[in-house]
Amino acid sequence: MLSLSLILIPLLSGVAAFFIKADNTSKRLAQTASLITLAVALAGSFIQSSSLLAFDVAWLPELGSRFSLLSDGIGKMLCLLTAISLPAIFIATEKNEYEKKGSFYGLMLLTQAGLMGVFLATDCLLFYFFWELALIPAYFLCSKWGGEKRIQVTFKFFIYTFVASLLMLVGILYIYFKTTDHSFALQSFYHVKLSVKEEYFGFWLFFIAFAVKMPIFPFHTWQPDTYEQAPTAVTMLLSGVMVKMGLFGVIRWLLPVFPNAVARFDHIIILFCVIGMLYASLIAIKQDDIKRLIAYSSIAHIGLMCASLFSNQQVGMQGVMIQMFNHGVNIIGLWIVADVIEKQLGTRKFSKLGGLAQKAPVLAILFVVMALANIALPLTNAFVGEFLMFNGLFRYSIWMAVVAGISIILAAVYTLNMVQKVFLGNIVAITVNASDSSRNVNLILVILVIIVIVLGIYPQPILHLTQDSVQALFTAIH
Amino acid sequence: MICSIIVRNKGSFRHIAAFGLLILLIANILETYGKDFFHVNTMQLLQFDRFGFLFNSIALGATLIYVLLTGKEIEKSGKYAAEYFTLIFFVLCGIFILSAYDNLLMLFLGIEIMSIPLYILTGSDKRNLKSNEAALKYFLMGAFSTGLMLMGIALMYGGTGTFQLEVQRISVGMYKGVSFLEITGLLFLMVAMAFKVSAAPFHFWTPDVYDGAPAVFTSFMATIVKAAAFVAFIKLCDVRMTATLGAIDWKLLFALIIVFTLLIGNITAVFQQSVKRMLAYSSIAQAGFMLFALFNVNDVAKEGLLLYTAAYSLATIGIFAILVKMKDYTFEGYNGLAKTQPVLAATNTVFLLSLAGIPLTAGFFAKYYMLAAVVKTGSYIWLVVVGVLFAAVSVYYYFRVIQAMYFRNGNAATETITFSFKTGLIILAAIIILIGILPQVLLNWFYF
Repeated sequence: MLSLSLILIPLLSGVAAFFIKADNTSKRLAQTASLITLAVALAGSFIQSSSLLAFDVAWLPELGSRFSLLSDGIGKMLCLLTAISLPAIFIATEKNEYEKKGSFYGLMLLTQAGLMGVFLATDCLLFYFFWELALIPAYFLCSKWGGEKRIQVTFKFFIYTFVASLLMLVGILYIYFKTTDHSFALQSFYHVKLSVKEEYFGFWLFFIAFAVKMPIFPFHTWQPDTYEQAPTAVTMLLSGVMVKMGLFGVIRWLLPVFPNAVARFDHIIILFCVIGMLYASLIAIKQDDIKRLIAYSSIAHIGLMCASLFSNQQVGMQGVMIQMFNHGVNIIGLWIVADVIEKQLGTRKFSKLGGLAQKAPVLAILFVVMALANIALPLTNAFVGEFLMFNGLFRYSIWMAVVAGISIILAAVYTLNMVQKVFLGNIVAITVNASDSSRNVNLILVILVIIVIVLGIYPQPILHLTQDSVQALFTAIH
Repeated sequence: MICSIIVRNKGSFRHIAAFGLLILLIANILETYGKDFFHVNTMQLLQFDRFGFLFNSIALGATLIYVLLTGKEIEKSGKYAAEYFTLIFFVLCGIFILSAYDNLLMLFLGIEIMSIPLYILTGSDKRNLKSNEAALKYFLMGAFSTGLMLMGIALMYGGTGTFQLEVQRISVGMYKGVSFLEITGLLFLMVAMAFKVSAAPFHFWTPDVYDGAPAVFTSFMATIVKAAAFVAFIKLCDVRMTATLGAIDWKLLFALIIVFTLLIGNITAVFQQSVKRMLAYSSIAQAGFMLFALFNVNDVAKEGLLLYTAAYSLATIGIFAILVKMKDYTFEGYNGLAKTQPVLAATNTVFLLSLAGIPLTAGFFAKYYMLAAVVKTGSYIWLVVVGVLFAAVSVYYYFRVIQAMYFRNGNAATETITFSFKTGLIILAAIIILIGILPQVLLNWFYF
């Protein structure tokens, strides 16, 4: 029941928000709903009783598909991340003006419902349903409220992900007809008997969908444009939570179902991930736009997570668990600052900014912590995750780990470069009249910074939450 | 049997037509569940089975919605409003024969009864040159294909000595060798049917006719009529083309037709400037998808075809109902519709999403079934992948309309929209979403 309410609360409040004409009412509704969801998700992460966490009713009996949800450790963690993101986004960007707020907040909540469903579904057809449900509102959000080139850019994003997920649908059908009991259930998929060739075929159909969503090189081309053009609130949701759909898909639906194919293709995929990490880091150094820089840095981070997933090491997998959560928290923090700067000063170009620290000291301090977390410095949350992931990657292949390690140095280069050009240096014309950030923004950033530091020193909560399901996953694979 | 009820409506107007359709629908549903009103000896020419009844229900339901939504436009499209309704009923009569034929002669009769009123409807806008041209083109091409069909039937008769489908079904098993006559006849029949369902490379009439005909009648032709042709086609395939017959690999032939149809329909639709013409090409593309059901006739395919026809017809009727209210049929004409007519834009979005096959709409399960029908066999997976890629192409042109309505600035001009029209659209959209979430509402019929 609990897992169902995680989907239903945003879904129903999202639909309700469409019909509210008054802007403020819809905003309050969205904030309240997202806070209630957060409370439920928090409660859920402490509950062990499976009767509360699982939900299962007949949905399409003729097709062998059930509406079954289960919130295991990984699901709990990602639901918690989703539940934290939404209120953080809503409160931090409260001052932003949108045309037709009701629709905006409604679509945001619908996206959240879709994301929750993806993380909870244990039926493959249901998973696919939510997978698309998360995409459609995101498409409308970006196309309606985005920047100048929003229509073309968002369309590229949509077509990319839609093609990929249709291929996944073919894969789902293919596996479905191979299952002994003709069912879409997770367990039937885990126990399906496939020949090696069939596994290879199904593997790629699934993998492309996840690879586009993450995105990893060379499927990443939609990402920087979309992040740049989308309204920042949506970018936060896309980069903070939605990219985790791809990683989660690999964990839940790819690794256990196609173990032989994973063993066969893992080196190719890790190679592409590492290439993507270096490539994205190098491009990030060249960027002159805060949003684009964060976008490329995100590609590099996701590349590392994906590489660790395929390194087949339990410690690396634990690292991914922590890092999925941390990456979400950190990148939302970075976007919030980017949004404050853009809204206040009207530009995101480093070349036009400078000396902001003198005008906005609080913002500067909070941002620097976030930036350090982006580099994965010790004492920040990202350090724990990256350490574990590199540990796993190192055990898999020393060379890959060494090459991937270069990206840490590059991350320091581009992140510090951004801090220096935007916040340090002399005050320039644009920043003369800048003031410090608002109370709401500070509140959210402080909370995020606390999470960053606490999890940097004491990552056990997340480890505990996901330990059992990682263990179960490895049992399923072997 | 059903014809006798139809004749009563001759010469009446919109409301009577709707009422008549409703009665027919109820009668048909009752009959589906085994309540015979009267029995007519059809001499084995017609055989009313469950599949046929279900299709009749869908066709009647769709026509009912069509008449309710666009009845006024039908009256406006020419001088002789009553005749148009009568012609539509004649077409329906042909459709009922097609869904029940068990004899090749009845197939021929059904196709003719269905087609001839359509030639007239296409040309109903007498003062419009395009409409006249379309009607003439349609008639000539239609006559040609009918000629081929008749030739095919004759050859089949020569090959097997009977018109009965049932007997021919047995003869497949009885004789190992298949005569040359039979194969040629079958090929001719297939070409004629491919023409009727506008499968490539026999699709050339479709864009011109759909574009030239008054939009209200295009809506009818592109949905219910086309679906009926498919039902006739699948009944034919069920009997004859399931196995490799003679020297021809029918499967491969069908696969090529599917790929070609998807290619032509989708790629050409991308380049259209007029929404109406785009819909014409998209209907070719959709036909490509429906052909998946014929590729491998099994239970999934039959269910899927019914679901597909329902989903496709409902959505297309909705889109056309909105189209005829627009002053400008180009994509630019839709710019900013979301501001001027939010209800129209929202429902149109649902219809377009359904055609594109996005989950939560009926169109998703329709496509799902089509793909499943082929994946089930385990071979020809490449065909499914090709189909999926073209489905993604179709998203491009369907979403162009959505982009125009929501994201581009403009002042879309429409004719006056009545409250009942809006309500009708909302109900239609609700049905599509309902089928999209709980397809068993419709599917349960198949498992009765």
